[in-house]
Amino acid sequence: METVLSVVVGLLFASAVYLMLSLHTIRMLLGVVLLGNAVNLLIFTVGRFRSDVPPIIPVDSYVPTTDVANPLPQALILTAIVISFSFFVFLLVLAYRAYQDLGTDDSDKMRLAEPVEDDSPPRGY
Amino acid sequence: MRTVIFRTVAPFLTALMIIFSIFILLRGHNEPGGGFIGGLIAASANAVYGIACGVSPVRRSLRFHPMTIAGAGLFIATLAGLASIFAKAGFLTGLWTTVHLFGQSIDLSTPLFFDIGVYLVVLGTFSSIGLALEEREVE
Amino acid sequence: MIALAALAVPFLAAILAPLLGRFLSRWLAIVLALFPLLLFLFWLRLLPHFFGDRSEAIAVPWIPSFGAEFSVLLDGLSLTFAILVSGIGTLIVLFAGAYLKGDARLPRFLCYLFLFMGAMQGLVLADDLIMLFVFWELTSISSFLLIGFERERMSSRRAAIQALVVTGMGGLSLLAGFLLIRYASGASSMSEIMALENGLRDLPVYLACFILVLGGAFTKSAQFPFHFWLPNAMEAPTPVSAYLHSATMVKAGVYLLMRLQPAMGDTVVWETVLPVFGAVTLLTGTILGLRQTDLKLVLAYTTVASLGLLVMLTGFGTEGAIAGAVLYLIAHSLFKGGLFMVAGGIDHEAGSRDLRQLSGLRHGMPLTFAIALLCALSMGGLPPFVGFLAKEEMYYGLLGDDPWSIVLLAAAIVGNGLMLALGFIVGLRPFLGKEMKAPKHAHEGPPDLWVGPAILALCGIGAGLFYHVFHETISIPMASAVAGEVVPVEIGPIPHLSTAFYLTVLTIALGVGIYLLQDRLRAGVDRALVAFGWGPDRGFDQVIAGLTTAAHRITYFFQSGRLDLYMTTVFCALAFTILFSLSFFSEVPALPEWPDLAIHEWTILLIIVVGMGTVIMAHNRLTAIVSLGIQGFGVAVLFMLEGAPDLSFTQFMVETLSVVILALVMTRIPLAKTDHRSDPEKLIDGGIAGLCGIGIGALLLAVTQTPFDSRLSEFYEQYSRTIAHGRNIVNVIIVDFRGLDTLGEIAVVMIAGLAVLGLIRIRRPRIEDIATETGDRS
Repeated sequence: METVLSVVVGLLFASAVYLMLSLHTIRMLLGVVLLGNAVNLLIFTVGRFRSDVPPIIPVDSYVPTTDVANPLPQALILTAIVISFSFFVFLLVLAYRAYQDLGTDDSDKMRLAEPVEDDSPPRGY
Repeated sequence: MRTVIFRTVAPFLTALMIIFSIFILLRGHNEPGGGFIGGLIAASANAVYGIACGVSPVRRSLRFHPMTIAGAGLFIATLAGLASIFAKAGFLTGLWTTVHLFGQSIDLSTPLFFDIGVYLVVLGTFSSIGLALEEREVE
Repeated sequence: MIALAALAVPFLAAILAPLLGRFLSRWLAIVLALFPLLLFLFWLRLLPHFFGDRSEAIAVPWIPSFGAEFSVLLDGLSLTFAILVSGIGTLIVLFAGAYLKGDARLPRFLCYLFLFMGAMQGLVLADDLIMLFVFWELTSISSFLLIGFERERMSSRRAAIQALVVTGMGGLSLLAGFLLIRYASGASSMSEIMALENGLRDLPVYLACFILVLGGAFTKSAQFPFHFWLPNAMEAPTPVSAYLHSATMVKAGVYLLMRLQPAMGDTVVWETVLPVFGAVTLLTGTILGLRQTDLKLVLAYTTVASLGLLVMLTGFGTEGAIAGAVLYLIAHSLFKGGLFMVAGGIDHEAGSRDLRQLSGLRHGMPLTFAIALLCALSMGGLPPFVGFLAKEEMYYGLLGDDPWSIVLLAAAIVGNGLMLALGFIVGLRPFLGKEMKAPKHAHEGPPDLWVGPAILALCGIGAGLFYHVFHETISIPMASAVAGEVVPVEIGPIPHLSTAFYLTVLTIALGVGIYLLQDRLRAGVDRALVAFGWGPDRGFDQVIAGLTTAAHRITYFFQSGRLDLYMTTVFCALAFTILFSLSFFSEVPALPEWPDLAIHEWTILLIIVVGMGTVIMAHNRLTAIVSLGIQGFGVAVLFMLEGAPDLSFTQFMVETLSVVILALVMTRIPLAKTDHRSDPEKLIDGGIAGLCGIGIGALLLAVTQTPFDSRLSEFYEQYSRTIAHGRNIVNVIIVDFRGLDTLGEIAVVMIAGLAVLGLIRIRRPRIEDIATETGDRS
């Protein structure tokens, strides 16, 4: 299972990077979502697949009676999902507002902060 | 989206989802569930209601601005953490007690209040985002 | 111990100056002048204890772990300098009070001036090398503040930056030199260096130490080719020029050379490099000075020349030369400080410093004329002034049969002749001739303006007349400290027939001749320099411009403003880092066996991959949203199959909400039908992406092939119910074991929500507004 998931994570990563290398903010956004899933799966895989029993202790016991799935990566991923979701929403709205105000979704044309200028640096003291 | 059927059903659906989300929240400590999931379910409930009946009924039914709810959640979570300081333990140390009410025993704990805080933050934040975006739609 | 406390006194005055400025507007300078006066008396009273070549070091621990001490070295050299710093400092403070009378900036000015005074006093008294360096840099900084005092003018800022850059570079060189000395010889202070047998001459790194120390001394003391900053520093108010840039700070380099002469001198490089650079500086300074018409600039170039003369004499190293250097150093501080203040007084009262405009001032300013003449005579080296003693002694010291001595002697004679002429150009010429139409009606200034130079001029005569006392208390201890052994100094002001006397007569004749021919010589030098057209001063501008341009280019190379380039850089670096370290540390994973999975697991993984592929290929937004959702739900199902129901639920909810929100927003943003990239670009980006994917996948595979350390997971499994009373271990970790993380995370979620709300609600600026706004900025 780890092997296959390693391949899947690699594929997810590659497609996320490919999308993020695009000039269009929307494609980059899709890439960010894929990247989030890729990282979550990566953490999950690093925690190994010992068992597919949920990490819940039976009512009549104080410790798990059988092998259970590793709870630690699950806890990490659970919060990561929510965080990456809020991050995604933020980026989405940012891209949307940028499109509204600048009239483009091409990152190369968004040059307000770093305008294209060839003028020489300031002289003098 | 605003078919009659959907608009009629939506309030009930929303109410059901909110009750379910609270159920998920409260059982979280022992069974699958918890504040994050509960909050997300409640936020989707609000989103559904908003899509069906418009944003203002949702805002009216919430009474508070959703961000206020989120802020209150963060406040509750912090308070739950601070409570342990009065028991001379470190910040966020869990405290446990059992309350007997009407012959039933209810376990109360600071992690429970902490989880309620998480629930409210997630609910408030994503509801306010969803509602704000839906408002833009109407414009 | 009191000597250590005395180091703090000027800094105290620097703090008091702005505080008292409010209450004592008229009397501020006079009250504050008491501080350096007290110091002056204190050092003067200590002086008789250090006759001959006696010295004493006082130290308290400062940074013990680094072997640095807070220590002073008292001997003839350091005390003479301390007396000059505090004594001339007193007069300068008084003079500044009159010069900047009624100026609201006076308290700030005095604050900087005292800062400098403290730094300079610390520099000359410091024994520990690190402490000396700290004070050395402090003089550079206070000099920067004082030169740039009139910060509204660009020429003033340029001069300040130039001085800081040149002396600051020198300071770094000096630091390197000191550290090298410390590590190579083990001596961490001047007194320890003196105590070394044969000084530093035997160090294998002697040459490196020599060059590095020289880098500090030559920049500070404006030796050729670093002389250009000193004339530019005349942008500072005149009290500063008189104090820092003639009497004290620029002598710091000479002080350092004199201080190290016993330990580093008497070697071939020392006795070649110093005299050569000194002589070149002497001649450059005097010849360039001849060209100037501004009184202050003339004086500045003679200062450069005098510093060259001092370096030359220190490097020559015979007893006579050292005695000459010592006498000349004291004489120079007296007459040059006086002349600068006279020039300031003329500027203040007549409204001009230009030689071509000034004449006949003797009518309006007779007292100033007398003072100027006394200083000029001392500068010219006429008896009975201390300048005469210096020149006679120097000629005695340089006299010799070998060609080396003759060359240097010739340089000294020409330089002294030129300096005599320049002295009279400043001290005589403006006062002669018929009374001119000055910008202001020239008249004698208030006493504060002429008392200072008068005292210095009288000291110049006094030292010459009472030469026995002068030699006994100052010259001999100082010369002995420089030479490292007792040096007798006996020169008197009565001329008697000898070779040195004939040389003096020759010098005077030369000087008078140059004075008479000054206008023609000035035109000649001017023509020559215009023809040459380039100098280190312009070179400085070129270097700074080159640095700015290079910085601009580099910034634009890395900060091109193109997001895709940034992204490409980041991901190339990522791919390289992972793949390189995997192969370099031989951590490439072993080839795995064909996995044994159930059919439903294969199906889910296939769904994820297909969803992912469709996202890349999507030509319209509906496809993109739907396939993104499919891919996300696939992950959720995978979580469910692998025993993570919590994750699964959360992922489901998040995907649902994502699709809803995407549907709300994406309807208003077009998704370009096709990828904008051309095929080669696609290939490159795909290559980078592929490498990243291979790297991450290989890394993950390599990690999963190592044994798993399950201690932490087992801890949670063991204690989840027993301690934290919860059966859902994942939830217990989130709300209890790792509660603080979760608290931080919900805070982040809420902040992201606030940011989104802010973005949605923000007033929509029109594109023209943005354009004009950026237009204004640029």
